[in-house]
Amino acid sequence: MALAKITQITGRGVSVPGNDIDTDRIIPARYLKCVTFDGLGEGLFADVRRNPDGSEKPHPLNEARFKGATILLSGANFGCGSSREHAPQAIQKYGFRAVVAENFAEIFFGNSITLGLPCLSAERANIARLSAAVEADPSLEITVDVAKQEIRFGGQAIKATLRESARDALVNGRWDAIGELIEGLPVAAATAARLPYMAV
Amino acid sequence: MSKSLFQKVWDAHAVRTLANGQTQLLIGTHLIHEVTSPQAFGMLRDLGLKVAMPHRTFATVDHIVPTDQFAEPFSDPLADEMIKELRKNCQQFGITFFDRATGKQGIVHIVGPEQGITQPGTTIACGDSHTSTHGAFGAIAFGIGTSQVRDVLATQSMALGRLKVRRINVTGRLRPGVYAKDVILHIIRTLGVNGGTGFAYEYGGEVFDRFTMEERMTVCNMSIEGGARAGYVNPDETTFAYLKGRPYAPKGAAWDAAVARWRGFASDPGCTYDDVVAINASEIAPTVTWGINPGQGISITESVPDPAKATAADEKASIEEALAYMKLKPGAPIKGTRIDVAFLGSCTNGRLSDFQEVAKFLKGRHVAPGVKAIAVPGSQGVGVLCASLGIDKVFRDAGFEWREAGCSMCLAMNPDKLVGDQLCASSSNRNFKGRQGSPTGRTLLMSPLMVAAAAVMGSVADAREVFGVSAN
Ligand code: SF4
Repeated sequence: MALAKITQITGRGVSVPGNDIDTDRIIPARYLKCVTFDGLGEGLFADVRRNPDGSEKPHPLNEARFKGATILLSGANFGCGSSREHAPQAIQKYGFRAVVAENFAEIFFGNSITLGLPCLSAERANIARLSAAVEADPSLEITVDVAKQEIRFGGQAIKATLRESARDALVNGRWDAIGELIEGLPVAAATAARLPYMAV
Repeated sequence: MSKSLFQKVWDAHAVRTLANGQTQLLIGTHLIHEVTSPQAFGMLRDLGLKVAMPHRTFATVDHIVPTDQFAEPFSDPLADEMIKELRKNCQQFGITFFDRATGKQGIVHIVGPEQGITQPGTTIACGDSHTSTHGAFGAIAFGIGTSQVRDVLATQSMALGRLKVRRINVTGRLRPGVYAKDVILHIIRTLGVNGGTGFAYEYGGEVFDRFTMEERMTVCNMSIEGGARAGYVNPDETTFAYLKGRPYAPKGAAWDAAVARWRGFASDPGCTYDDVVAINASEIAPTVTWGINPGQGISITESVPDPAKATAADEKASIEEALAYMKLKPGAPIKGTRIDVAFLGSCTNGRLSDFQEVAKFLKGRHVAPGVKAIAVPGSQGVGVLCASLGIDKVFRDAGFEWREAGCSMCLAMNPDKLVGDQLCASSSNRNFKGRQGSPTGRTLLMSPLMVAAAAVMGSVADAREVFGVSAN
């Protein structure tokens, strides 16, 4: 299973500000009633984007000028709460290729990397600067450089970091561990054989 | 060298180091439910893979089941498709499914311990963030995403970076009317909703030594709400006594050998932790959340924060956002806030002791007019025990609806939902915006007895006053 090497993403950005944006907000529970992940992009931020009657509420993702953005900007503790992979799946299926926030909840971060969706942490002031630039010019081209751990836009560069194991996995095309885990299956079986509770 | 339980369990289950530096960690016990597993089975089929060790995966159905009446087909066609899919997957891959007809169905984090599947010194994974619950037994238990569910099905292992360990000592004695739920709400309030990032929490101290297994589970359950990926309590006599005789617990000579092994997993005295936090039990009060994350809690005698008094701009904004959503007045006492719904249940507080404790005080009392109160046992097993003790009757007589086992209004993937901006006193674990099924619904987290007090008074109340609690 050859995976793409994800070294950098270039595209336009959109800022969804706020701290502690939880996975219930990213994808409300009713969208979890599914047996495949297809079509989840529809439900992204559903309850903050739409009224119960389907009409739109004011939300950055509803603004025409931000349509087609592939880089999502947000605040601290992004993706906290439920372990639902539906959250990064919805973000990815909606069309995002990277998320930049102050920091991320752990399970969300791991789920995203496994999908090849880079999540980079940047300082609040830098995210504010980037968001202001996007607000002023939504067509601004942004490059999220995973390999170099920086974000470039409009002639400036800001630092954006991610855990080394995740950076390595993305840039070397091993973000989905399944192939490696399968290779290690005989060793896993031997480890299990030493644990009485795992006996058949 | 002395080691923590976390290190010992990790070392016993480490398969090998992966290219990116993470560990391939053996997962001894895998629990699955209908919400996060169907896509994983789909991925297995797409990749042409088998389940590596089907005897180490156990399934139940909890999130989508209707609790007023369990009759198939479910009236919600999507929910019905999900239970059928789970049944089909379990049959096809040879996985034990605690289906309704077995009498063992219930919330996954209640069923595992109840059946004796959750054991000390093991690694446990489940596609559900509250898997941390199982740490109460001295297991290292992780919530995982669906791709990892696929990994565990296919290889009985997953890729993970090692966590740091924070020891949280709760010393002294809890005051009467203060429960395990208050302990964890207090810890999260103190350390923050992302204070645990990168950590496993090891809970200990006199309070945990005295706690029952069900109390330990309540605390470990909400570790994830504090940002910790896992939480655990070292195994001791209380743990072994709970497990003895359970269906999946070892029997006879194997039992004695298991207990000896389990004892050895407990953290060594003098082992080093990455961080240590001390909490004085006498400072913990009955705690209620007022905001939109579980860290936004106050004692029942305190007032809702006033953003005008916030020192940091950030704090001010988060209080303002929470109060606007919760429609609460800045600086107003939380006590006396009118409620519409009372929900008793969930994997945090849907166990026998939760209903038992409330029933003790609820006898002869009645739910206030206009309040919808529902009590939902966490498993069929809990329901049967409650019925045998007459607890269900106490609840019904008091005006509660007594339901069948499931997650119910904890996240409202079944028909139990808040309507409009109803305010719910809830024994569950999350107060996120829209969590209980209405995009504008509001949740106040609290202990089961505090939920009962709110139900009886029709407003947030101090259970100690309402029920004259004088001894725990
Ligand atoms: S009771 Fe609530 S938190 Fe627990 S597993 Fe069910 S939905 Fe999740």
